[in-house]
Amino acid sequence: MNAPLLQLDQATMQFGGLKCVCDLSFIVTAGGLVGLIGPNGAGKTTVFNLITGVYRPTAGNITFAGKSVVGHRPYRITSRGIARTFQNIRLFGSLTVFDNVRTACNMHLRHGISHALMRGPKFAAENRTTENFVEELLQIFGLTAARDEPCRSLSYGGQRRLEIVRALATRPKLLLLDEPAAGMNPTEKIELMKLIRFTQEKFGLAVLLVEHDMKVVMGICERIIVLDYGRKIAEGTPTEIRADPKVIAAYLGKEAA
Amino acid sequence: MLERTKILLLAAVLASAAISFFAGSINPYYYDILISIGINIILATSLNLVNGYTGQFSLGHAGFMAAGAYGSAWLTLAFGYALGTSVAGTTALFVFALTAGGLIAALAGLAVGVPSLRLRGDYLAIVTLGFNEIIKSVIQNAEPLGAQRGLGGMVAHTNFFWTFALAALTVYVVLNLVHSTYGSGFLAVRDDEIAAEAMGINTTKYKVLAFVIGAFFAGVAGGLYAHFKQFIHPEGFNFLRSMDIVVMVILGGMGSTIGVCIAAVLLTILPEGLRALAHLPWLPDWLRPIAENRMILYSLLLIILMITRPQGLFGTLGWKRKKA
Repeated sequence: MNAPLLQLDQATMQFGGLKCVCDLSFIVTAGGLVGLIGPNGAGKTTVFNLITGVYRPTAGNITFAGKSVVGHRPYRITSRGIARTFQNIRLFGSLTVFDNVRTACNMHLRHGISHALMRGPKFAAENRTTENFVEELLQIFGLTAARDEPCRSLSYGGQRRLEIVRALATRPKLLLLDEPAAGMNPTEKIELMKLIRFTQEKFGLAVLLVEHDMKVVMGICERIIVLDYGRKIAEGTPTEIRADPKVIAAYLGKEAA
Repeated sequence: MLERTKILLLAAVLASAAISFFAGSINPYYYDILISIGINIILATSLNLVNGYTGQFSLGHAGFMAAGAYGSAWLTLAFGYALGTSVAGTTALFVFALTAGGLIAALAGLAVGVPSLRLRGDYLAIVTLGFNEIIKSVIQNAEPLGAQRGLGGMVAHTNFFWTFALAALTVYVVLNLVHSTYGSGFLAVRDDEIAAEAMGINTTKYKVLAFVIGAFFAGVAGGLYAHFKQFIHPEGFNFLRSMDIVVMVILGGMGSTIGVCIAAVLLTILPEGLRALAHLPWLPDWLRPIAENRMILYSLLLIILMITRPQGLFGTLGWKRKKA
């Protein structure tokens, strides 16, 4: 249970002279819910981009389920069980809600292009399985009514929810959520917290959450890692983090600490 | 139970066979326009897979067409009646030549697909344009392909049946692809490459695949063209020809197969229709000189269409530049 699912080992990302992420090490256990917080520009999203293969770390190692993911293309990493959402929503804008989710089922297809063209019984069977799977996900997350709407017609909160559903359709073991509460009102945030908890339990996922909103992070995370200028300055339970002078200094300034 | 799309494909093939039976009684001028429509449908629909559905801007479709045209023409010329003079023998050779032409073009598509992995938007457009010119220049200097003199003497294998059965097949393939879960990869690449990768889609595979499939059908269209006109010249596959096909895709609406087919029909008929306009008996004399400059009218109509419907006749995507 407590074997590390994701392990960062002194991961470093340097852009020219700027070290965005510096010697960062932490682990996420299977089924764990870890928060990654830090002031603007602390390197939180960069950490996500390192894990998902958008960037290749300039030093250090990242392993997932015991195997290094460094140097793999993002789609390979996703196929090994890491899915993510984006800080600035990146849905497939011209597709419907249903098709957005269906697209994420692409990599689990057992039949290739010839079946898509011939449309034989095997294709029909697999198509039905995929459709049922997508319908079920939409049902769970209350998006069935919007099934055939263009995804852009959803509310902001709805689009964020759809991004989570789309990520889940890749059937991940680890879900990375990049500021899911950004731009939400307090009611939506409470809904979101419930949703994340629910998702984690229902699908038995590990979740790594980047978030600005302290209430959300403190409310649901079991463990919190605090970044500042690309370095880890604290790690612990929400209670420990709340009392940590270094964290208070990073967020509120030295005077306050 | 047969799929609806399969039934439609079958119906289209049977209809082309039936019409082909009466093709002898069609006025040769109209027949020429009809075959051109069929070939243009194949070209525009296949380019739409690349430009419309996958969001890669290719300006070199005529290059692939040339590869297929010269490839298949060379084969039928070289083998002539190797498979006998019977209908079955010549048909078999023609089908073989068309397929080979398509495959040669697909190979060229593979070569262009690779730079598309590193380039996007305007840059990719320039590379594909350059590739079009390279293919043209190679042919212009290839003595066995007739070089600057052009290549002629092909047997007129292309008829109504082959043209429209293959047009239906192209539409079938493109529609089935983009409406399947497998083909949703094309649309995902167009909408957001980073998100597509994050959802487990191999964007490299889909981009190259779009180019290869698009090029294959352009090659087949080239083969049909070569065995219809019975004479091909490198200048017939220049940048302007590519542009014609791009205009069909944009005017029809990028990513709308039905729209692109209709645009292919309209834009093939329109220049000929305008030709007829100048000879209308009731046309006032002062209008006649204007009507005679039909290509100016044609351009004007295109401009008006693009201003009033920038998203194309049937498109929903709009004419937008891809974000970096």
